[in-house]
Amino acid sequence: MLLLTAALLTGCGDAMVFDPKGPIAAQQKDLIYISMLLCVVILVPVLALTAYIVVRYRDRKDSDAPYEPTWSHNTKLEIVWWAIPIIIIAILAVVTVRYTHALEPSKPIVSEKEELVIQVTSLDWKWLFQYPEQDIATVNYLYIPEDVPVRFELTSDAPMNSFWIPQLGGQIYTMSGMAMTLYLQADEPGVYYGSGANFSGEHFADMTFFATAVPQDEFDAWVEQVKSTSEPLTVEGYDELRQPGTSHVQQFAGIPEGLFYDIVTRYVVDGQNPHAGHGASAPEAEEASDSADAAEHGHDESHAAH
Amino acid sequence: MDTIKQFASEFFVTGDPLILGAQVSIGLTMVAIVFVLSYFRKWGWLWREWLTTVDHKRIGIMYVICSILMLFRGGVDALLMRTQLALPGMEFLHADHYNQIFTTHGVIMILFMAMPLMFGLFNIVIPLQIGARDVAFPFLNSLSFWLFFWGAMLFNMSFVIGGSPDAGWLAYPPLSGLEGSPGVGQNFYIWGIQISGIGSLMTGINFIVTILKMRAPGMGLMKMPMFTWSTLASCLTIILAFPILTITLFLLFMDRYFGAHFFTLDAGGNPMMYINLIWMWGHPEVYIVILPAFGIFSEIVSTFAKKTLFGYKSMVFALMSISIASFFTWAHHFFTMGSGANVNAFFAVTTMIIAIPTGVKIFNWLFTMYRGRIKFTTPMMWTISFIPCFVVGGMTGVMLSVAPADFQFHNSYFLIAHFHQVLIGGVAFGFFAGLTYWWPKMFGFKLHEGLGKWAFWLWNIGFYVCFMPQYFLGLDGMTRRMYTYDFDMGWGPLNLVSTVGGFLMGIGFLFQVWQIAHSIKFMQKDTTGDPWDGRTLEWSIPSPAPLYNFATVPTVSETDDWWATKQRRAAGVPDAPAPALEPIHMPKHSGIPFVMSFFWFVAGFGFVFDWLHFVIPGLAGVAICMLVRSFQYDTDYYIPVDEVRRTEAALRGGKA
Repeated sequence: MLLLTAALLTGCGDAMVFDPKGPIAAQQKDLIYISMLLCVVILVPVLALTAYIVVRYRDRKDSDAPYEPTWSHNTKLEIVWWAIPIIIIAILAVVTVRYTHALEPSKPIVSEKEELVIQVTSLDWKWLFQYPEQDIATVNYLYIPEDVPVRFELTSDAPMNSFWIPQLGGQIYTMSGMAMTLYLQADEPGVYYGSGANFSGEHFADMTFFATAVPQDEFDAWVEQVKSTSEPLTVEGYDELRQPGTSHVQQFAGIPEGLFYDIVTRYVVDGQNPHAGHGASAPEAEEASDSADAAEHGHDESHAAH
Repeated sequence: MDTIKQFASEFFVTGDPLILGAQVSIGLTMVAIVFVLSYFRKWGWLWREWLTTVDHKRIGIMYVICSILMLFRGGVDALLMRTQLALPGMEFLHADHYNQIFTTHGVIMILFMAMPLMFGLFNIVIPLQIGARDVAFPFLNSLSFWLFFWGAMLFNMSFVIGGSPDAGWLAYPPLSGLEGSPGVGQNFYIWGIQISGIGSLMTGINFIVTILKMRAPGMGLMKMPMFTWSTLASCLTIILAFPILTITLFLLFMDRYFGAHFFTLDAGGNPMMYINLIWMWGHPEVYIVILPAFGIFSEIVSTFAKKTLFGYKSMVFALMSISIASFFTWAHHFFTMGSGANVNAFFAVTTMIIAIPTGVKIFNWLFTMYRGRIKFTTPMMWTISFIPCFVVGGMTGVMLSVAPADFQFHNSYFLIAHFHQVLIGGVAFGFFAGLTYWWPKMFGFKLHEGLGKWAFWLWNIGFYVCFMPQYFLGLDGMTRRMYTYDFDMGWGPLNLVSTVGGFLMGIGFLFQVWQIAHSIKFMQKDTTGDPWDGRTLEWSIPSPAPLYNFATVPTVSETDDWWATKQRRAAGVPDAPAPALEPIHMPKHSGIPFVMSFFWFVAGFGFVFDWLHFVIPGLAGVAICMLVRSFQYDTDYYIPVDEVRRTEAALRGGKA
């Protein structure tokens, strides 16, 4: 079994999480290595000690090992092994608290370049990605410029899911009635696997997608190409899209104004009509970002409205 | 006729050859059971000796039998899933069928396998270990068992009738709400767990009272055997955690049945509330099952290293602190739901803290073996293999608790590998060890060691082959609950290896069944009552223990009192003269727990299908049973001295 583990360990360099392509995933990898190291510091001596004790004190006729059937307490020894885990855990706790603040998913990535906003909606059983600044949308695939921080605003219009692109960084949940924020960045061009990581019903396994990172000019060209070769997404089109079912990749040249905001606030109760907010006073798309700001620490929109 | 056809096609799950096979085999098994019982005229025996018994030893045996059956069912679920995942793009199970199977696998393994096996061991061991004649509330104990039994039946029925739940073992809304899961599967989930959960809660109360009030004279709290301590810790956790589950499921039921809005998205409901509540139960729940395993390992290590348990006070303190700390870690199950850095940091640190007492326990077990004389019996082998397995599982648990890193582990196979490592390597190995260890006390003969070792090696090798690859699959981006994956992902080879490991464990289970069958047929009766050279009170009486357990209640002076008695005898010190026998006060058998639980089953079935003509008679039956019991005054009797003397003479072969 140790051989098996060793064989597998040599192969783990290829695993997505250990092959980061962005600053978030890179820091998470470092953190995983630190925690693994601290664990191994305990693991190896404990396993060695176990093996030694089990071999040395097995019951044999000619055993010359000491036998002390009533030796059951030693304050010094017990202080030692209360202290060892306390020290290790204390170190890890300090590291964890620091990284937890540093890697808070809604914290912007420091960069000279201006961030790109992508609004993510998990549907039954597909992903809708809206690019509000570019006024385009895609289904089940992402294009992002390399080396540019991407601000993902995430919600769900179906049972909750989780948005995960392992090589760019850890996942965050998409939940109805609230918007979450996740910053990711791709350091180099490439095609990165992404998935819906939280079970959301029958065809959840089909909610995989690829995020393609390309140089800025190629990204601009792609936007133009989407704009020139596809139809816009309409409100009716969205209603059709959100019906349960799987989907191939799709693209749209144009998105209904305030669609993301409407999805996030779909369940807001203001005492009368759960869908008040449509109509004459329909908010601008920018407000969607504001609402996401308000919600980024996990405030539930419906409760904020109480 | 057409309406009947229509009804039957909705009522019974149809259209899958696997399920058809299961339906046919269930039908045949039931016919076979009825035939055998009738042919051998055993109906009366079944009713008098088993269905109405309030004897903790028999209730324990029934728990064990049920849990082995459930281990089979949950294991088949596991192998079906592993078969589906063995190769990329496999077309063995459909998505919806796969979703049902992973849901029932989780629920059954935790709630209908691990829990009853644990309760079985509580029942068989605790009264004997503390020198009591039964548990504090024998009638309630029987009711607990039958509630568990009928709850489990209701849940398992969903497989062939109506359709199984498919929203995951913790059934997060909105997926588990009426909109996300309109079928009856989720109702089976709610009522199956609810009915058996009430039983679990009552067992928790029963054993706390038993341990606190019914210990033999002289057995102070700090002289209790470690398994008794771990049972106390586990039961305290049960009575604090299970009410949360009951309420959570009740609120979900209100949402689904009466259109309430506790966990819905609209009308002010909030699914996050459910997720918090269910984990406030769910996290302590895993400690509920692991704590008794810690107790079992403590007993076995000390028995087979022939040495007093090292660091008794540390062990007690560690057990209790784990029990308390388990209530402050629940949010680590959703670090990725945007709680913010401070909340995540808090729960990350509380989670890590649990590693400290757990680590201390490992050292104490190791130093119990240090300078001991280790005998490699099967229970001891399970215990020794538990240590490295649990250390690795604990370490990956610590890694998961590092909140920012968890964003990469969450919902991936890394997590799956971790919790199977602690639940199989900790809980299952522990309960297997305990079952083998106390088997002779239950039945009066040991299990076959050779076959047990085969089972041990198959389980162990199978475990590592199955779950080590899953850590790497998780790091390579494979998420849990996917029913299939693409060839291009490159996950095929590791999945195939993992499936092979799963089947090795399956063969290990077959060896356990063979071991039991072989031992029943061929094993020598143990006449000593103490086949392992044990240390605690349960080994001081004959196996299987007589109905009243102890002819005279023992007086305890040491922690390992039976060991001390044997030492004194070996040194030639005569035993203190046994006190004179007295008539023994015992509870009478009762059919009410069985009948009342059956009415709960009927009512639950009615709620599942929204059939008032089942709900009303069911609930009325429950109420009538309660009334009848309230007016029963003739619930106990005395075993006369003569009969005790005769039984003891027969059991001890004249030695008494």
